[in-house]
Amino acid sequence: MSSAAVDTSGPPVVRERARGKHPLVGFVVRRLAQGVATLFVASVVIFFGTSVIPGSPATAILGHSANPQAVRALNHRLGYDKPITTRYADWLDHVVHGNLGDSAVVIAQGTPTAPVWPTIRSPLANSVTLALITTLFLIPISLALGAIAGVKAGRWPDHVISVMSLVFVALPEFVVATILVTVFFVVFDLLPPVSVLAPGEWALTQPKILILPVLTLLAVSVAWTVRLVRVGTIEVLKSDYVQTARLHGISEPRVLRRYVLRNSLAPSVQIFALSVQYLFGGVIVTETVFGYPGIGKQLVDVVNSHDTTVVQAIALILATIYIVINIIADLLVVLLVPKLRTQQ
Amino acid sequence: MRARALIPRRLPAFMRTGRGASGSVLLTIVLFIALFGPFFAAHDPAAIVGAPGSGAGPGHPLGLDNLGRDVLTRVLWGGRSVIWLSLAATALCFAVGLTIGLIAGYVGGIVDPLLMRTVDVVLCFPPLLFFLLVATSVGTSELTLVVGVAIVLSPGMARIVYTATKETATRGYVEAAVMRGESTFSILSREILPNILGPVIANLGLLVTFSILLIAAVNFLGIGIQPPAANWALMISENRPIISINVWATLVPAFMLAALTIGVNLVGDAVSHVVGRTEGIADVMASPAGSRAPTFSQAETV
Repeated sequence: MSSAAVDTSGPPVVRERARGKHPLVGFVVRRLAQGVATLFVASVVIFFGTSVIPGSPATAILGHSANPQAVRALNHRLGYDKPITTRYADWLDHVVHGNLGDSAVVIAQGTPTAPVWPTIRSPLANSVTLALITTLFLIPISLALGAIAGVKAGRWPDHVISVMSLVFVALPEFVVATILVTVFFVVFDLLPPVSVLAPGEWALTQPKILILPVLTLLAVSVAWTVRLVRVGTIEVLKSDYVQTARLHGISEPRVLRRYVLRNSLAPSVQIFALSVQYLFGGVIVTETVFGYPGIGKQLVDVVNSHDTTVVQAIALILATIYIVINIIADLLVVLLVPKLRTQQ
Repeated sequence: MRARALIPRRLPAFMRTGRGASGSVLLTIVLFIALFGPFFAAHDPAAIVGAPGSGAGPGHPLGLDNLGRDVLTRVLWGGRSVIWLSLAATALCFAVGLTIGLIAGYVGGIVDPLLMRTVDVVLCFPPLLFFLLVATSVGTSELTLVVGVAIVLSPGMARIVYTATKETATRGYVEAAVMRGESTFSILSREILPNILGPVIANLGLLVTFSILLIAAVNFLGIGIQPPAANWALMISENRPIISINVWATLVPAFMLAALTIGVNLVGDAVSHVVGRTEGIADVMASPAGSRAPTFSQAETV
């Protein structure tokens, strides 16, 4: 579209860079390197953040009244008698080779090995299912509502949508969940109040249990994204090219479709990346409310049982997913808006 | 007595909008219940007065909770901790964010990247995940709750202050103060601080909302305030198993919490509108979503 002109009219430095290899290659490489660096920092924070335990981890698991010999034996078995930097290096080495370690709590019960990965595989699949279904509804709903509010800015549809989003964005997930359960279970008895699954069962085999968790997550995340899409739409509506198109006598629906919606799509991609950040927190709470067997509920459970190795594994997986999604969003935006390729 | 006489002649500007007025009323009611509620409570919040989950009856208009304690009493008691914890966390977060942002933005040199990269590290984690990490290692107490929430939320504030400080630091009046030989502290407090208050205040409401939401979530997950304390968020998780026996035990605290967060958000929204118009913070905020916090007020000022 019109943005091709921007590349050639840029400052000399930009033009010089463009003459070499494809500007997109540099961008992708830079962004990937950045992602790996972030992931490394995240691993440091996760490991040291969970390792600063007053007393020893074995005491945290076995309790303060445990006999000192058992505590010492467990600390040795878990490798906690080594210096922290050695432990971090070992941990990182294992993780890079795909070994997430053993559950500290299960080891404490006397089992020789208790690999973490098999226990988090199925919750992870369930959480991804929940998040994907939510996103599937989130995108069209928030684009539609946000565009309506933006186009009708200052009039009643905008007021209704804006005030509703202001209200919903302020609600804690578990309050939304409570109200939904009251309506759909206590009053009408249509849907189950908890999302129970047999161990290892996949959530999609029982779609009914997904409805309330998805609605809960949607209520808050739609409220969040609608506001941002609305602002994007208003900004595009004020731009020169929309004015020009209107002055050319192009019909209003066509202006909205061809000029406004397309251009407000680019910031929207980043908005959805932001809302993924929200979904991470939202999923933890929502899964716990409904007893939904996902990674968020498991994280809360292992935090409560002081199972440090499992906390580290789950946190690292979540951080990785989070960073990957951000990279994908950035690349997608650059693909959609060529003029961003030469920036940074 | 005419109703009009009760309305002060000059209301603060933010209260004159529909959202600001309704938010203020809602917030006043909730704050009144939270702060003075305990004086009206008929029972001891920890006293077991009947069979668990009993419905409404004489002396117990909202019935009894999962352990047989009076729900109304616990609702009246349960707001104090919600409010003082989030105010303490907000205040700490405000102080930390302001200090980091001002120093990194004005002093520059090696301090700037050192502080701001640290801020970025915290920002690259979802807040609740970061808090769970903190809770795993240091355990749970009210102090952990306040400090943890402040650690998680202050980077957002630091970014806003940093951006505003950087911009203000190049203005003529700051350069004039440098020429006069004023100390760094006096330049920060007398030249820069008053001029960056716009974006800071515009985000204050959001900061309070975020800290209430985060603290409520942590309490709900059972890693914050511990039973038998009366706390709205904790009441919801305690009474959820008996929701079909006595729905009020879950629903009323849920409504109180909802009224509080909605009230704060409406007032915060109205305030940022007013501040946004008078201080022209739209320019400052227009930088593409540097953190998750400012995006909202960005939405507000357009």
